[in-house]
Amino acid sequence: MAKLVINNEKICDKEAFIKICPFGALEIKDGTVDVNDACKMCRLCVRKGPEGAAEVIEGQVKTIDKSAWKGIAVYVDHEDGEIHPVTLELIGKARELADKINHPVYCIFVGAGIGDKARELLHYGVDNIYIYDHEAFKHFRIDVYTSAFEDFIKNIMPTAILVGATNVGRQLAPRVAARFRTGLTADCTVLDIRDNTDLVQIRPAFGGNIMAEIHTPNARPQLATVRYKVMNAPERNSKARGKVTVCDLSNVVLESDIDVIDNVEKAREKFIENADVLVVAGRGVKSQDDLNMIRELADLLGGEVACTRPLIELGWFDAKKQIGLSGRTVRPKLIITCGVSGSVQFAAGMNNSEMIVAINKDDKAPIFKIAHYGIVGDLYEILPRLIAKIKAEKGA
Amino acid sequence: MNMNIIVCIKQVPGSNKVEVDPVTGVLKRDGIESKMNPYDLYALETALRLKETYGGTVKVISMGPPQAMQIIREAYAMGADEGILLSDRKFAGADVLATSYTLSQGVREAGEFDLILCGKQTTDGDTAQVGPEMAEYLDIPSVSNVKRIVSVGEEAITVEMDMTHTVEIAKVKFPCLLAVEKDIFMPRLPSYVKMRETKDKEIKVIGFSNLKDQDEKKYGLNGSPTQVKRIFPPESNSKRELWSDSEEVLADKLFKKLKEEKFI
Ligand SMILES: Cc1cc2nc3c(=O)[nH]c(=O)nc-3n(C[C@H](O)[C@H](O)[C@H](O)COP(=O)(O)OP(=O)(O)OC[C@H]3O[C@@H](n4cnc5c(N)ncnc54)[C@H](O)[C@@H]3O)c2cc1C
Ligand SMILES: Cc1cc2nc3c(=O)[nH]c(=O)nc-3n(C[C@H](O)[C@H](O)[C@H](O)COP(=O)(O)OP(=O)(O)OC[C@H]3O[C@@H](n4cnc5c(N)ncnc54)[C@H](O)[C@@H]3O)c2cc1C
Ligand code: SF4
Repeated sequence: MAKLVINNEKICDKEAFIKICPFGALEIKDGTVDVNDACKMCRLCVRKGPEGAAEVIEGQVKTIDKSAWKGIAVYVDHEDGEIHPVTLELIGKARELADKINHPVYCIFVGAGIGDKARELLHYGVDNIYIYDHEAFKHFRIDVYTSAFEDFIKNIMPTAILVGATNVGRQLAPRVAARFRTGLTADCTVLDIRDNTDLVQIRPAFGGNIMAEIHTPNARPQLATVRYKVMNAPERNSKARGKVTVCDLSNVVLESDIDVIDNVEKAREKFIENADVLVVAGRGVKSQDDLNMIRELADLLGGEVACTRPLIELGWFDAKKQIGLSGRTVRPKLIITCGVSGSVQFAAGMNNSEMIVAINKDDKAPIFKIAHYGIVGDLYEILPRLIAKIKAEKGA
Repeated sequence: MNMNIIVCIKQVPGSNKVEVDPVTGVLKRDGIESKMNPYDLYALETALRLKETYGGTVKVISMGPPQAMQIIREAYAMGADEGILLSDRKFAGADVLATSYTLSQGVREAGEFDLILCGKQTTDGDTAQVGPEMAEYLDIPSVSNVKRIVSVGEEAITVEMDMTHTVEIAKVKFPCLLAVEKDIFMPRLPSYVKMRETKDKEIKVIGFSNLKDQDEKKYGLNGSPTQVKRIFPPESNSKRELWSDSEEVLADKLFKKLKEEKFI
């Protein structure tokens, strides 16, 4: 049995030692350091403490025959047959990993009437697409989908399975992982593979404030979920290669405890708090008509428009669009501010954004203190050129 | 009808603003005060509303160190009827699989249930995986991302599941597990009166020896297929660049940057 052992005699400064543990799992009781059940086995105390102060005694680990598991599989994420683009990104990643260890790339596709959709995926570099095609799979229902997944794993035995971290993937993958008593690493941002087929998985935790490297050394298959827009999608190859295999359903449970009554298109809610991309208009935008330029850029980037307080006071926007201390707090992946000075009150509502681009003609504007990319120039000269370039790119 | 509901709650650090010292690799955290996972408040509120409408009981269950009793007290102050804490050194170092297994064993000790409610995710581990894995171990259907309860019948509950582009309206047979979205209901504040009333209310503590499955290999570190190899600070996006050039060049540089970062 693996466990953490504390060798008190090797610790000089006990107070300093217990501070190493980020989870408060080390405590001093009657002058000796002990581990409590908050321990996450992150091994920081082993690495950061004095030599030998904390050690992990590895017990007997059950060994598995890793060579029996072959191939990197991708779950084809879809809603009623509409394939989610994260699937292509995962196929690209799977190919890269598979080439390193000389394994094939597989897809598992569970749905109803999906044959043509599956064949289209052959243009992206998959060796074999296993399809489970039946009316029972028309809508996502976790029990029957898991059953199909189970059948796939039992027959194909892939060493690793990548699943998009969508609302479907984030519930289906754990269910499958638990069925096989195997590990699942959530929201990986970096994936690599070792010669022994162990996946090296890196993921953020604590709301992105720390990163963890996670391995699944003694279980197969290894499951990982990956968010959309983290990996790169491969180019479509005009020639299809690989094949589509229609799977036999005789071992798949088709009766479900879940009855889908309806599936409705979501009304797109346009809250600036939910947007991945925001283009912000400030007082540098001279007239209400000029907002069209801002909107056009936001549309091209699949984002929303927001503004500073003076524009609310001018009545150009609804108050829900205001960012800042007396407005909304946002944390998009990208925010482009146009003619915004960057007052502290404004910055308070957006300075945690992942990528901040600021366009302002005054090189002393405070916004440049928080912008990752500060662009000193006239927004009326820059935006039309940028918009034209994006349009040309999309048209191409 | 009477509904027996179990709500899974987890104690998390009071703030997730942890910082890793880039030199020593040690996590820096202001104090170690902790709180109930904020997403679990929505699950608890959902349970309390269902109980108020249909009658029944609300039990809360948590796996964690003895300090986690504090969040069970908090749940009592919000209106939970019973609390169970799964606590044992043998449960330490658990990943999602071992956590879910331990919780599923604990749920068996909690008696009959119709519904298990979980939060969307936690603010520390942040995987959103515990709910579905528990449901698998209990062999019951599950639905995540539940944003609304449409109706409750004798044999099934109908809910709205939030998907990427659509909303699926699903009727799920009891017993089942639902992981609810934030905002499904506004969580109530703990009541001071209830807090006083339940000051000495019993919390059932269950250790390894009380569980049915006595195979140590399924719990804690030993039951965890995933291993955290190292923890390190994220590459901070702290570099700042200021570009001055002709507008043509600037527009082009920005275009290329946006493309490189996959916004185009
Ligand atoms: C209590 C309190 C709360 C507040 N809360 C908020 C809040 O929640 N949100 C908020 O936004 N404000 C808030 N404010 C107001 C805040 O202090 C600022 O006045 C406001 O943010 C300024 O908005 P702005 O950047 O659009 O305008 P300005 O400060 O006037 O900046 C305009 C900028 O545009 C640049 N510019 C002009 N023409 C061009 C061009 N052609 N090309 C490029 N750049 C150009 C200028 O160089 C300038 O930097 C609050 C104020 C107080 C006192
Ligand atoms: C940095 C870091 C990264 C990690 N990454 C992974 C990983 O990728 N894969 C993995 O398997 N493990 C991982 N772990 C371990 C995992 O986070 C914890 O073991 C934890 O027990 C369960 O996961 P969670 O916090 O993500 O809960 P989630 O799955 O996000 O929680 C969902 C819901 O389940 C319920 N719940 C969760 N935990 C408990 C509990 N202890 N008691 C009662 N109810 C609960 C709550 O209702 C909660 O809202 C990681 C741990 C750390 C410190
Ligand atoms: S292994 Fe990590 S969680 Fe466990 S005691 Fe050491 S530092 Fe704390």
